[in-house]
Formats: sequence, C-alpha cells, structure tokens
Amino acid sequence: MIEFFHIKRDIPFMSYGKLTTAISLITFVLAVFFLVFKGLNFGVEFTGGTVIELRYEQPADLQKIRVQVDTLKYGESQVQAMGTTRDVMVRLPNIKGKTSAQLSDQVLQVLKQSRPDVKVMKVEFIGPSVGEELVSHGLTALTLVCLGIIIYLAIRFEWRFAVSAVIANMHDVVIILGCFAFFQWEFSLAVLAGVLAVLGYSVNESVVVFDRIRENFHKPNMRGKSVPEIIDNAITATMSRTIITHASTEAMVLSMLIFGGAALHGFSMALTIGIVFGIYSSVLVASPLLLMLGVSRDNMVKPEVIKEEAVV
Amino acid sequence: MNRYPWWKYTIMAVALVVSLIYTIPNFYGESPAVQISVARSSAKLDEAVRSHVVAELGKAGIVPAAVLPGADTLKFRFKDVEQQIRAKDVIQHALGEDYIVALNLLSNTPDWLEKLGAKPMFLGLDLRGGVHFLLEVDMKAAVDKQLQKIGSSIRRELKDKKIRYGRVVVDRDSVSVQLRDAETVDAALAVLKKAMPDLQLTPVKADGVFRITAAYSQQALSQLKNDAVAQNITTLHNRVNELGVAEPIIQQQGEGRIVVQLPGVQDTAKAKDILGRTASLEVRMADMDPGRIMGAQNGEVPAGYELLPMAGVRQGQVESILIKKEVELTGDNIVKAEPRFDQNNNPVIGIELDSLGASIFRDLTRENLGKYMAIVLVEKGKGEVITSPRINSELGGSFVIEGGGMTVKEASDISLLVRAGSLAAPMNIVEERTIGPSLGKENIQKGFNSTLYGFLAIAIFMMIYYRVFGVVSAIALGVNVLFLLALLSMLQATLTLPGIAAIALALGMAIDSNVLINERVREEVRNGMSPQMAISEGYRHAFATILDSNVTTLIAGIALLMFGSGAVRGFAVVHCLGILTSMFSAVFFSRGLINLVYGYRRRVTSLAV
Repeated sequence: MIEFFHIKRDIPFMSYGKLTTAISLITFVLAVFFLVFKGLNFGVEFTGGTVIELRYEQPADLQKIRVQVDTLKYGESQVQAMGTTRDVMVRLPNIKGKTSAQLSDQVLQVLKQSRPDVKVMKVEFIGPSVGEELVSHGLTALTLVCLGIIIYLAIRFEWRFAVSAVIANMHDVVIILGCFAFFQWEFSLAVLAGVLAVLGYSVNESVVVFDRIRENFHKPNMRGKSVPEIIDNAITATMSRTIITHASTEAMVLSMLIFGGAALHGFSMALTIGIVFGIYSSVLVASPLLLMLGVSRDNMVKPEVIKEEAVV
Repeated sequence: MNRYPWWKYTIMAVALVVSLIYTIPNFYGESPAVQISVARSSAKLDEAVRSHVVAELGKAGIVPAAVLPGADTLKFRFKDVEQQIRAKDVIQHALGEDYIVALNLLSNTPDWLEKLGAKPMFLGLDLRGGVHFLLEVDMKAAVDKQLQKIGSSIRRELKDKKIRYGRVVVDRDSVSVQLRDAETVDAALAVLKKAMPDLQLTPVKADGVFRITAAYSQQALSQLKNDAVAQNITTLHNRVNELGVAEPIIQQQGEGRIVVQLPGVQDTAKAKDILGRTASLEVRMADMDPGRIMGAQNGEVPAGYELLPMAGVRQGQVESILIKKEVELTGDNIVKAEPRFDQNNNPVIGIELDSLGASIFRDLTRENLGKYMAIVLVEKGKGEVITSPRINSELGGSFVIEGGGMTVKEASDISLLVRAGSLAAPMNIVEERTIGPSLGKENIQKGFNSTLYGFLAIAIFMMIYYRVFGVVSAIALGVNVLFLLALLSMLQATLTLPGIAAIALALGMAIDSNVLINERVREEVRNGMSPQMAISEGYRHAFATILDSNVTTLIAGIALLMFGSGAVRGFAVVHCLGILTSMFSAVFFSRGLINLVYGYRRRVTSLAV
C-alpha cells in the first residue's frame, strides 16, 4: 500500500491557532488593500466596450500594433498578447455612433497596411448598461450562495459550523480577488464563475473536516479528549484525503490552465488560486474559528439520560 | 453483505447502455448540407420540389450524397464544402424567392440512432462560430407609438359620432383631448369608453377646462410591453429567414431584451443591416396640383405637408410629390403583401388589410373620391413615394398598388419589405459577438485536450495509489464523463466553452468522492476490520460526507444558474449536472464494481486499496 501521509500521531493544528490567524489576517488585509487601491481590472463584459481578437501568421509586434491602434484616436485602448505571440487582443472603449463592426473593420484596415497576414478571430461588443446588471447579479449570486450554505450547514450541523465555514471561504474569495487586483489580470465573467465555483468547492472541504469533528464528538473513545484535541484528530484523519483530492482537482485545473488556451485562462487561474487557499482556509481558518466561536460537545451530542444505578 | 440485488446491477447495465447510445452521435462528425424551407405559407415542399431540385443539381453536375426530407424542411447532404456552396446557388436559382435556402452542417449519425432520438450535443456559438446579438427593445418608444395610435383613434371615434373636439395632445404616458363643455365631455366619455374599454379615461370638468385623459392601466402597460417584445421577435424571425440561416435562435431574455444567435454567419454588417431594418408602409394623402408642387420645390412647402421623392423615378414623371404629414394607415394593418401581375401583365403589389385597416381605408377612399393618395415606404426614417394613384372608387380590405412601370424585382422587393413587417419599437444592440469558425474548432480542441490530459493524470495516479480500488475509481470517473455527455446530448442543452470547463472541473471534483471512500476503507482496514466489513463501513461512513459536500457545491451551482447569464449560465448547467452524475457514478456505480470484484469471493484476506 502506498501511503504518502501516514501520520501516527495527531498534529496539534489548534495550537498553531494564533499563527494561522495572524497569517490569514495579513493576507486578507493585503488582499483588501489591493482591491481598494488597485481595483479589479474588469473585463469588457462589465465595463462595456469592444474587444477584437486577432491572429497573425507570424509573431506580432505588440508595440507597433499599439501605436497603430492609437492613431485611430479611440481613447483608452489596450493591446495585449493572448497566450501566444501570434494572438493579440485589442480592447476599445464604447464610442458613440460607431458600431463594433465599423470599429473592427477600421482597426483591421490600419493593421493590414503594415501586416497583411492578420485576421479577425472574434469581435465582442458590450453596451454600457449590461455591465451594471452583471455586477448586481454577481453580488446577488454571492450572497445567495453564502446564505444557502449557512442554512444548510446550520441544519445539518450547527450554526457555529455554518458561520465559520462561510467566513473561511469568503476569505478565499477575497484572496482570489486580491490576486486578480494585484496582478491586474482581467476579471471576466468566466472568472466570476470560477470564483463562485471555488466558494462551493471550498465549503465542501470544510464540510469534510466538520463531518469528522461531529463523528468524533459521538465516538465513545474520544470522550475524554478536549475539543481542540478532537478537532486535531479530525484534521489529521482527513489530511491524506484532503491533499489527494485537492491534488487531483488541481491537476485538472492546471491541465486547463496549460492546454485550455486564452479563453479558459482566467477561469482556471481563479480556480488554481482558489484550490490552494481552499486547503489552507478550511483546515487552518475554519477550524480555529469554530473553536473561537466556542463549539463544545454539548452542541453536537444530545445529552444522554444517564440511568443511575440503584444504590443498594 | 457486499452484493447488490440483481435489479441494482440491471440499473447499472441499463444506464451504461443508454448513455453509450446517446453519446455515440457526438463522434460521427458532420458533413456539409443545404437546407431548404418555405419562405411563405403558400409555397410547398413536396415530392415535385424535391425531384425538381435533384434534376437541377444533376444538370449542374452535382450529386447529393443524401436527400433527407423532414417535417418542414428538405435537406441535401454533400460530399464537400465546395459542392455544398455550388449546390446552394443552383437550388436558390431553381426555386426562387418562395424558399429559404441555407447552408448547414448535418450530423453523420446513422438513421437507427436518430430514430432513438440520439443527437449530438448542441454546440454554442463559441464552439461553432457565428454571430450573437443582444438587442434591447426601446420600451418608451413602444409606448409612445401606441399612444400616437390612440390619439388617432380618438380623433376618428369622435368624428364618427359627430362630437366636436379640440387639440389631441400626446404626453409622456397619456393622451388628452380638449373638449368644449361639460356635455361634450360626458358624450365623448361614453363614446370612448365603449370604443376603448382597456384604457383608463379620466374626465376633467373644472375651471373652464374640459378634457378627457386616456392612459393605460399598469396591467395593460405591461401587456403592451410584452406584446412589443413578442412582435419584435416575430419580425426578427421573418428577417432572419431572409438571411438564410439554418438554425437561428431568437429568444426573449429578461423583460425587454432579445437574444439573436446566428450560427455560421460571419458577415455581421449584413446581419445587422437586415435585423435593424425598419421599413414600413404608410398611406397618406397627396396633393398633385402642379403649381403647388412647383412652389414646394422652390422652398414653399405648405404647413402640414412635406415634399417626398418618388421611388425609382422614370422619364416623364415628377421627381417629388407633396404629401400630407398625417398618416392615415400604417403597415401594421397589412396582413399580406405579395407581387402579382395585373391584366396587362404589369407587375403590381397585392395588399390585404386586416378588418380595422379595411374599415379605415374604406372611409378614406369614400371621403376622398377623385383625390390622390400616396403609398409611402419609410425606411430608416426616410420616406419614399412608391405610387400616388387617383382614388377612383371606394376600396376595401384588398387592393393592388400599381407602381407605374415597376419592375418584377422591385415589386417583390417592396412586398418582401412590407411583409417582413415593422418593429413594434426600435431596438438597440447592447451586446454583440462574432466568433470565427476556426476559433470555434480550436476552442473545442483545447477544451477536449485539457479535459483528456487532466483525466489521464488523475486516472493514472488513482490506479497506482489505490490499486484495485483506484482502477474502480478511474472506471467510475470514466463512466461519469459518459453519463454527463449522454445527459447533455439527451437534454440538448447548449454546450459552450465554459461548459467544457465545467466538465473538466466536474471530473476533478468527482474524484473527491472516490478518494473519500478509498481513504475511509483504508482506515477501517487499519482499525482492524475484516475486509468485507471495511468495504461496507467505508462506503457507509463516506456517504454522509459525500452527500453534505455535494449539496453545498450544488447550492453554489444553483445560485450560478439562477443569476448567471451567458458564460456563467453555460458553466452552471453543466456544473450542476456534473454534481448529480458524480453522485451516481462515484457512489452507486463504483460500489457495484467493488461488489463484483470482492463481494462474491469466499474468502478475502486483504483489500488492494
């Protein structure tokens, strides 16, 4: 039997509580800092505008394209490579009185003058009103996911579990967003889908640990143990599964990141970060939180009526 | 204890066979085809048309690979794209404009599979290429247009009943008519109440102001908006048919938006031109007095009139005509418009009106005998006079427009424009996407590759790490893909690139269930349980955890489905389905396989886990 993680003794995770809380707080604060001061680089779905994806036969010279696009004087335009040196994305703001077809034609014309080997792969135009709706829908979805999870976990476990799971996972979401803000990666609709998927996935992780904690509370041979010991045991017991599962999911997501091309890049990037932090947060954030909220055996085990033996 | 009753194995076998049948069509590929459908109800797609087309194709030296008659379409399959494009021209030429001839791709699925309803997955635009538009209906304009109509109905009703009225004013959301005194207000109110029962009429009789205000009730207003969207969708359907797109999607999205997806179309400019066209026909009165026309041409246009150019001016004709601004009748009342020939074999346009239109038109022609009317075609806000005939007799709901030397082509163009209808309200394009066909293919390839490599990595790892249990897990994972693909093909849900990503993610997450089970079985073995007990206890304990974790993931999935649009929705559909199939394959199916491996052995000393 191959075993990567044969851990004989329980690892005292809970005694690291202060350290992990400090780490979490620092990363969290940093993420919020970048979100506030750098902001997200919202994709065209949110801001409105026109995106033109071009393909060259030979590697393209981005600097030259930038200069050429600027000669059209469309305002703040962006030119960037998409995965390969031959794929280029040009992003233009909304311009009154010009349709995206006209825009893409003009851009293509200008670029063709110096490089006839360019062709348009995709044009995308989003009007200004759509974006606001997306943001509000995205936030609604986020709130709903949190509420749904809190309610389900509160019913299946107890409110302390529900609250700590959701806090731990919001922490993941904020860190993903922080990364996107820090690197100024484009935050598109697909990334939003990825972030929300992480929320569900990462809660799943906390649930596995919680399940073990609940089971341990019920176990007769755990009766003498303190709450931190019980939690440590639960985490240690599920450790092997945690790592293997996450490694498998991560393998899939990395495969998407590597082979999926530009269209899947943002999505798989959000998931890659989300899964890494998902392990950390569910083990080292959710469980200490649970302890802080004062979970005890009585919360989970209904007090049994002890039959007193008759004293003769 | 580790044996399934026979019916559980039967479920496994049946599920496997059914999914295989429904997944197979996806691997047959597609071949180029030409699809014929009728452009109007009078044309028929019968045996005669079919043999005519085959004969014409034969003359051109093209032999279709297959002829597939459908319920309301006729499809011809061809060997290659070159033949397909040539054949389209030949067929279009042979059949004329009564038929829509479109290029299409047909699945090569064998007949017996298609009879079972097994079809390949429906690919979204990002995978097959094409144009996507999101149009927003201008509701304010829709309401405005209706109020204008109410204004003219009020005028007509009051005139009919000989009630004198003053100015009719159209406000933002109501129409009001000025009246002389309290009696006329009462009389007019009675008349209008009868004529327009669905309007809220408010009389004002105070301080010397006498008027009636007509407004829509909230309910009528929302009905009106729904109707506007519905009418625009119908109109768009008619126009898209002109484009010859094989499988267009035109759907309402939200309250006032319409999605139009045209797979395979690359020419956005043309598509937009046709979608955005707002041609309508108007009947107005004309002034043919040569002196006044001359005066108008010199810049003295009388009040209430405008000078409009004649369409297709020929020799000896006037170039422009004085037309009254007031519109007597609009294209909305036209039921039918088609090119015909009169007794002298000159092309004319036959028009049929609905009952309201017929009654308006009868009154108009009766009152204006001997005068001239004009048929004006308004396209993109510019009017053009098609013809300005003298009214010689009272006309009813069916009449012909003579164009004074109109060609056959012109007659059919104009009737097509009129028939394609006008929009209930103008629309703005708020979202537009063009995806090249090669990009679509590339997206499929990349999505497929990343799923495949990820799957292989996981499967190989599982097999090495968990041995027999790992092999079972890998098989269960493979079965999960199969179920998911079969389900998507059965539901004909649209598969997009985010959908493919969701398939990949579903696999990455589904393996969690198997890892949980395998780890649990290991643990039970470690705790000293007998192998058979370890299997059953391992599965039992793991199931509670698997259920909890899948439900929470599903909650996130459903929220995405409810609030997502576009890319997010495409992801969410597959994500939710993937969670459901993974519960089935990872728990039920893998247990069945484990039972088959271990459950029937006399003595199991150890588990290969």
